[in-house]
Amino acid sequence: MPDWLATLLISLLKAVLVVLGLLTTFAYMTLIERRLLGRMQLRPGPNRVGPMGLLQPAADAIKSIFKEDLTVTLADKLVYTLAPIVAIGMALTAFGGLPAGPAGSLFGENPWVYNLDTGILALLALTSMGVYGIFLGGWASGSKYPILGGLRSSAQMISYELGMGLSLLGLLMIVGTTSFHGIVGWQAQNGPMILFQSLGFVLFLISSFAETNRTPFDLPEAEQEIVAGYLTEYSAIKWALFQMAEYVNMITASAVMSTLFFGGWKGPQFLNALIPGISDWPLIWLIVKIAFFLFLFIWVRATLPRLRYDQLMRFGWKLVLPLALANTMLTAAFLAFRGSGGLWFLGVLSLAGVLALLVLSDRVRTLWNQPSIRPEGDIVRAGGD
Amino acid sequence: MGVLEIAKGMGVTLGKLFQKPVTVSYPEQRATLQPRFRGRHILTRHPGTNLEKCIGCSLCAAACPAYAIYVEAAENDPAAPVSPGERYAKVYEINMLRCIFCGMCEEACPTGAVVLGNEFEMADYRSRDFVYAKEDMLVGVTGSIPQRREATRLGKPVRLGFQLDGGQPRAELEGVKYP
Repeated sequence: MPDWLATLLISLLKAVLVVLGLLTTFAYMTLIERRLLGRMQLRPGPNRVGPMGLLQPAADAIKSIFKEDLTVTLADKLVYTLAPIVAIGMALTAFGGLPAGPAGSLFGENPWVYNLDTGILALLALTSMGVYGIFLGGWASGSKYPILGGLRSSAQMISYELGMGLSLLGLLMIVGTTSFHGIVGWQAQNGPMILFQSLGFVLFLISSFAETNRTPFDLPEAEQEIVAGYLTEYSAIKWALFQMAEYVNMITASAVMSTLFFGGWKGPQFLNALIPGISDWPLIWLIVKIAFFLFLFIWVRATLPRLRYDQLMRFGWKLVLPLALANTMLTAAFLAFRGSGGLWFLGVLSLAGVLALLVLSDRVRTLWNQPSIRPEGDIVRAGGD
Repeated sequence: MGVLEIAKGMGVTLGKLFQKPVTVSYPEQRATLQPRFRGRHILTRHPGTNLEKCIGCSLCAAACPAYAIYVEAAENDPAAPVSPGERYAKVYEINMLRCIFCGMCEEACPTGAVVLGNEFEMADYRSRDFVYAKEDMLVGVTGSIPQRREATRLGKPVRLGFQLDGGQPRAELEGVKYP
């Protein structure tokens, strides 16, 4: 077998493994989410199918595959079918570039599917492509509510995409590379990035919630206003594919946060003193970190109500974006003028920024939640009385 | 501070995660009902003499807003009376599909014969099985028609799916015992 063929086959195999892993995680995420939401609302959650409800995902899968697959008369058939495929395809592709362990640790192979020097840029580009799935799905449904939901969703994702990208700039300037391996390696030497870029992390976390369309930013699915948004005219497996894309995006966002800010696949270095080499074990550390962030996603969903649409837009443009810019400027200024100063000073500055944000959180609220009292004369009366 | 409120809320949800759920897994666990819950009717008897309290006056049928009750009275045999009055209910039927469990029959009854009990598990397959006769409702009959049918089929005693808060049925239900 020629060399290139072997590499290709192994890459394909790894890709299939990643897809299987992600889809299994998605299936059980739905169950874990429903159970946890149930417990947080003092009810047991789904526990009837199989022991402790463990077969619920299988039952859901069978149901959504064998359900009647409706196509609306006015729908653009090709795009209508293509949209969920685009959404899930982009979501699955994005995950492949994330390293899950040191080189050659997966049965002698590298535990990642593809390795690009522009890793983080490629990932951001791929997750942005997911917007096409949502928007085209809304447009191709040929119906009112889906297009409203699709438009909302694209506007939201594009707005928060900016904050997300900008909040990473400081990190990239410090590390000096966009490859995930470089970032993980840098953190292994200097400590996790959260210490130096806490403000960037907070902004990235908020943007991730908006990017993955999760509560409190799950406006595309605001039932009270627009039925189910872009999902309205979808049923059966196409609907399931959209759901899958959302959850896979959530897993990817968790993995990106772990990789960029919490040391990635490497465990905490001080544990090496107890068990030598424990921080280099593949997969485990990344999975633990992803699990933590997934729990955070569910936890926030159980707690927070949804934002209004105008609040969402103002929050993104008036708070997240300027703060991300400020964070970038702060880091750039520090790197330019630091002389021989240590990075810890940047960490303190960044932490001070987060604290200031916490203390001033009531003051900045007017940015996105302006009081809507109008002077008496402004009110236009409908009808002539 | 706005963010502090969010943190408080997150703390509440996390705390609830470790609390015992309040949901009752109903068919396996018994639901807890209040004693004043209005369920299937029970025709009570006089304690001691064991005569039926019902005297067949049909006031319950007259009071019933859903026309669910049918009473046919007959003269008591003085040698072996069924009720202490002149007449007794030869036929006493309640259509449980029509009944709205409002309790007006209970209010109208001059002798306190018909009382709403606590049983509620009366789901069945055929409409005609929902007409409960006197022998389905007299004191001492435990369970609804489908429950008793199922119990006979399995050869097990009737299992009621509820328990009363406080354990005791209300005083009007003389001689009625629930688990």
